[in-house]
Amino acid sequence: MLKYIIKRILMLIPVLIGVSIIVFLIMRVFSPDPAPIVLGQHATQEAQEAWRQAIGLNDPIYLQYWHYLKGALTGDLGTSYYTKIPVVKEIMARFPATIELAVVAIILASLFGILIGVVSAVKKNSIFDNAGMLLALIGVSMPIFWLGILLIILFSGTLHWLPSNGRIDPLLQPAHVTGFYLIDSLIAGDSGDFVDALRHLVLPAAALAMYSMAIITRMTRSSMLDTLGQDFIRTARAKGIAEGRVIFRHALRNGLIPIVTVIGLQLGSLLGGAVLTETVFSWPGIGAYTVTCILKSDFPVVQGVVLLVAAIFVLMNLIVDVIYAFLDPRIKYAKKEV
Amino acid sequence: MLLEVKNLSTEFKLKRGVVKAVDDISFSIDKGEILAIVGESGSGKSVASLSIMGLLQKPGRISGGEILFKSQDLTKLSRKQLQKIRGNQISMIFQEPMTSLNPVWRIKDQIMESIRTHMQVSQKEALARTIEMLDTVGIPSAAQRANDYPHQMSGGMRQRVMTAMALACEPELLIADEPTTALDVTIQAQILELLYRMREKFRMAVLLITHDLGVVSEAADRVIVMYCGKIMEEADVRTLFTRPLHPYTVGLLQSIPQIDEDSDKRLYMIKGMVPNPLNMPPGCPFSDRCDHSMARCTKEMPQLREISGHKVRCFLYDEAKEGELGAK
Repeated sequence: MLKYIIKRILMLIPVLIGVSIIVFLIMRVFSPDPAPIVLGQHATQEAQEAWRQAIGLNDPIYLQYWHYLKGALTGDLGTSYYTKIPVVKEIMARFPATIELAVVAIILASLFGILIGVVSAVKKNSIFDNAGMLLALIGVSMPIFWLGILLIILFSGTLHWLPSNGRIDPLLQPAHVTGFYLIDSLIAGDSGDFVDALRHLVLPAAALAMYSMAIITRMTRSSMLDTLGQDFIRTARAKGIAEGRVIFRHALRNGLIPIVTVIGLQLGSLLGGAVLTETVFSWPGIGAYTVTCILKSDFPVVQGVVLLVAAIFVLMNLIVDVIYAFLDPRIKYAKKEV
Repeated sequence: MLLEVKNLSTEFKLKRGVVKAVDDISFSIDKGEILAIVGESGSGKSVASLSIMGLLQKPGRISGGEILFKSQDLTKLSRKQLQKIRGNQISMIFQEPMTSLNPVWRIKDQIMESIRTHMQVSQKEALARTIEMLDTVGIPSAAQRANDYPHQMSGGMRQRVMTAMALACEPELLIADEPTTALDVTIQAQILELLYRMREKFRMAVLLITHDLGVVSEAADRVIVMYCGKIMEEADVRTLFTRPLHPYTVGLLQSIPQIDEDSDKRLYMIKGMVPNPLNMPPGCPFSDRCDHSMARCTKEMPQLREISGHKVRCFLYDEAKEGELGAK
């Protein structure tokens, strides 16, 4: 198993090289010249040329990539054209916000998704099943920004229950340890900060969770319908064990593999930044930031984020594959390797 | 009587109509007896056994009759009450050993789950009993094999595990639904031998559901022949094999290949097909396949008549009196 994991992690290297080449080319071919954006519209041609020369944009593209790769190997992904802050720092400043939002959203989505999916499958064709499937249909088809706006109008605008934007009240200054406000405020023992951070998190997490929940619900339902029809479920019932145990210990446990797969993929894409949600809720995460950087032709930042997202996806898939082996004793990875 | 089934009917409500899978059947099993129910696919034998267990799934439901287990009507029990009996006093083994065990749990966990559901024992005692049961059903080095997952075992082994699981709580009645159908012939004999031995050891009754008359002749004390949800004939095993009455039973027996017979003689085949369950003929369901069919057979349903312990549903024996019975 360890061998398999190491092998998979090593495979990350060619993936990242491939991804970096593609994003490198795309940025340089399709993005507008950053010089006038960075220096301003009124910068002289000479000034722009000097800037390009200094930043290395006049070098042949393979040479630019070579320099980038050399830097990347030592952990230097370049500096932002605008803030002059290293890309790694820029990303690390925003990534915790995205992780916090994504993790809370995926927990909500998995909890409700699996619950609704299981009940829908068990009570197939009942009112509950139909209601659950309608909810799932709404979840997959409703644009997330629209849902976000509706949530803001209702819970912030009309009811005044929850804040509509940001991660925390700007007047509060949470201690900065991990960058996750929920964890930081707990470490600092500041319940006021914790509650405030949580209140800020509720709406964006709910909006973000809706889509993933819908997908998880549908996958859970179909997977459960499949396993509930299996012979071993009849055996379990014939043993006289309680129905709840039959459903969760026998059926759900067997139906988990496809469910874990979608949860992993959803988490992967949520970690890549939820652009629309972050925009609607002014959430200072990586998604909205990346879009701004793309529009501003901030090449190093965009490259850095894309690499990060690619790595996350590969690792999520690896984690999912490792979980498979724990879920199903028939899945073994190690033996086939030479 | 351990189990008395009285006028049991089970139906499936489908969009295209109602299928009476089991139609007004009555039978009983005594303590320690092996009763076989024989019939081809769709005769209702499996549905009857699932009805006894209370394991019918929608859209199937028991539409009439009583199932008296030790004088208690199982059809009137709540789900909780039935769960206490299932796997404990009545247990069941199934046709498909390859898929009847949960693939993600170890053998021992599955058997221990059964034990701990019905017996007040510690984890340790349950494990000891599990290994003892695996040993009893003939699993070599049971203590180690108990840690196996089902996919690490062969079909015959898995059926032994199923049997160990079913017998773990020493049931008084074991329902074996085609326990040997999916197995090799040599393994079949071993499993039958095992059932027979377990019957002796635990003095339990066995309801053996099968379509294999060979299995019946080896294992059963008494036989019921079912066709289209109805009992056609019932007799003790010797009588049925030596003096079958119903033309259907006769046909079934004749279609068993005999090794000492002329090799160029073609095997007997019952003509025609089982009627569509959604569109049953009004008379005897076997009438259009029967060599002795009379005008009356297609219009009226013959009654199940009992003559000195031998029951048969056929007009051929309508006027027969005691002592006059003989195959026609």
